[in-house]
Amino acid sequence: MDLQIALLLGQDGVTNGAIYALLALALVLVFAVTRVIFIPQGEFVAFGALTLASLQAGKLPGTVWLLLAMGTAIGLIECTTAVRARRFHRLPLIILINCGAPLLLAASLLAVSPASLPLLVQVLLTLMLVVPLGPMLYRLAYQPVAEASVLALLIVSVAVHVTLTGIGLLFFGAEGSRTPAFTDANFAVGDVVLQGQTLLVIVASALLIVALYLFFERTLYGKALRATAMNRTGARLMGISGDLAGLLSFTLAGAIGAFSGVLISPITTVYYDSGFLIGLKGFVGAIIGGLASYPAAAAGAVLVGLLEAYSSYWASAFKEVIVFTLIIPVLLWRSLKTRHVEEA
Amino acid sequence: MRIKLLLASLLALLGIVPAAGVRAEINVGVTLSATGPAASLGIPEKNTFSLLPTTIAGQKINYIILDDASDTTTAVKNTRKLISENKVDVVIGSTTTPNSLAMIDVVAEGETPMISMAASARIIDPMDGKRAWVFKTPQNDAQMATAIVQHMLDNQVRTVAYIGFADAYGEGWWNEFSRIAEARKIQIVGNERFNRADTSVTGQVLKILAAKPDAVLVGGAGTPAALPQKSLKEKGYKGLMYQTHGVANADFLRVCGKDCEGTFLPAGPVLVAAQLPNSNPIKKVALEYVTKYEAMNGKGTVSTFGAHAWDASLLLAHAVPEALKKAQPGTPEFRKALRQALEKTTNLTAAHGVFNMSPQDHLGFDQRARVMVRIDNGTWKLVE
Repeated sequence: MDLQIALLLGQDGVTNGAIYALLALALVLVFAVTRVIFIPQGEFVAFGALTLASLQAGKLPGTVWLLLAMGTAIGLIECTTAVRARRFHRLPLIILINCGAPLLLAASLLAVSPASLPLLVQVLLTLMLVVPLGPMLYRLAYQPVAEASVLALLIVSVAVHVTLTGIGLLFFGAEGSRTPAFTDANFAVGDVVLQGQTLLVIVASALLIVALYLFFERTLYGKALRATAMNRTGARLMGISGDLAGLLSFTLAGAIGAFSGVLISPITTVYYDSGFLIGLKGFVGAIIGGLASYPAAAAGAVLVGLLEAYSSYWASAFKEVIVFTLIIPVLLWRSLKTRHVEEA
Repeated sequence: MRIKLLLASLLALLGIVPAAGVRAEINVGVTLSATGPAASLGIPEKNTFSLLPTTIAGQKINYIILDDASDTTTAVKNTRKLISENKVDVVIGSTTTPNSLAMIDVVAEGETPMISMAASARIIDPMDGKRAWVFKTPQNDAQMATAIVQHMLDNQVRTVAYIGFADAYGEGWWNEFSRIAEARKIQIVGNERFNRADTSVTGQVLKILAAKPDAVLVGGAGTPAALPQKSLKEKGYKGLMYQTHGVANADFLRVCGKDCEGTFLPAGPVLVAAQLPNSNPIKKVALEYVTKYEAMNGKGTVSTFGAHAWDASLLLAHAVPEALKKAQPGTPEFRKALRQALEKTTNLTAAHGVFNMSPQDHLGFDQRARVMVRIDNGTWKLVE
């Protein structure tokens, strides 16, 4: 291995690591706030990438129907609750948000031909289609059992993951898609050619991480989320709604997932089930951070990316084995170092 | 009174009709991988079953189609269910080699003939008491690997690198290809693996480039096989590229785009049916399948995988009349007779080749079952 190969592998590792880092942050966030181990995180990556690919192919992405169906389901539940509580004045707003907004989005997609739109608009449309699935999932699957044990929530996550994978196969088919590169620019640094696309991934990931940091440090909602993560009961006593915190964290997780999907879709072929493995590698990163520390999770995820790149050079047949074996010494070290206390 | 009489005669009629039927219906059990990692192969197979004839030699055929989700345990469970609950006369499936291998014990125990749609030669070789019940329709990997090696020799390839799936498909191809290539004095300078869900193969590709091979063979199936090829082109590889017949569907062309121009692969003749010379008997059968499939699923949707299911039905249509002479469907004697009839298949022209089976060879394809194809302007071109 000469220096050039080492640098190319490093570049590759950091690019993948940046995506894993984003997912690791989302996993830590969701777990800290809601105690949910969010296995379907990867599905948002796949849905984001494949929705963008469908839009560019001029097809109506299947996620539109999912959005409509879930919106209608939530609308029905909320309406029933409102009627039971005799708060009829809330009905129009509920229907408008849950059914009206998705319908409007679907109608506008049908009205214009999405393939002819500029890339930025396509990306925005993709985010508008995929991100709301996050809070909707929380409302439908997790909110009714929000007080259940971590294990029960994990089981719900597995069910949601399997369901979403099946829906993905139905919507997007078994074959993968790849979107054209955002930029064809290349930069030569010495002997090594840096591709614009990979730089874009790294820069966008870094910007998103900074934005998340500012959100948690500077905004009221961010502080509310941090408070809930630290002490759920205490936060509720201070007037922070647990449901709102859950919805907000799932929105962020959905946004991070969909955005990661948009970022990687030009570098690799994405399949309806690719999300799981990508999410799992983010999870390894999050575990390195003990599912609690954001910087440690991000660093762990980049480490996973680098390990993956170099092991694919030295022993490609054992790449996944090497990456996932990393979790064993980390868990050993973690269990020796910390005393685990679960919040009741 | 009149109504009662009417009812009575109706009931009598209902009673008579089944009794008047000469024979029971033939039940065909199918297990295939319509979901899971092998879905891109299993879905066209599943679509093909809706094109198949509903009667053979005047007998009604029932297809009972189950999905095994590309999972070995489910394939075995499906097979047991088909044999014990549905009392099928023949099992068709499964899509993948691991699933088909696991099903052999079950069909041998249930004394039910099985026609696999998976590629590996191990499904029917070495022939033994259990495999006597097992037949298959896709070409053996060895047959395809020989075609690639021959083409490499004709194009002065001296060194070759291999990159394949880290699963049974990639491993199977590596075994066949490395054995044949070394026997024919082609030096193998690289052997790498990747996973179908991988987002990057930079490491493997850099290692292959460092070895400077004359040609690279990608041992993958479906669109995931495009990733190594795209990475190689991106990093400036200029040598010959080979793929396996596992990529022969339209989605691969769509995903790989211009990076796959000039790639060679061996395939069943059905892939380039329209380009076959008129003298080739396979042309007519293959075109019939292509026309029927595309009429139902849209133009350009046909893949070679569905044609394996079509060929399995052709084998049945050929063997069932023979078996009917000996026994009634639904009986062990019929299944035994069907097995014998399948084994005696001679000169049956199908979409993928011409079957000439024997007790030792439960595939029976010859050189006519494969052609070399080049990707040219985003389409498959037959290489003379």
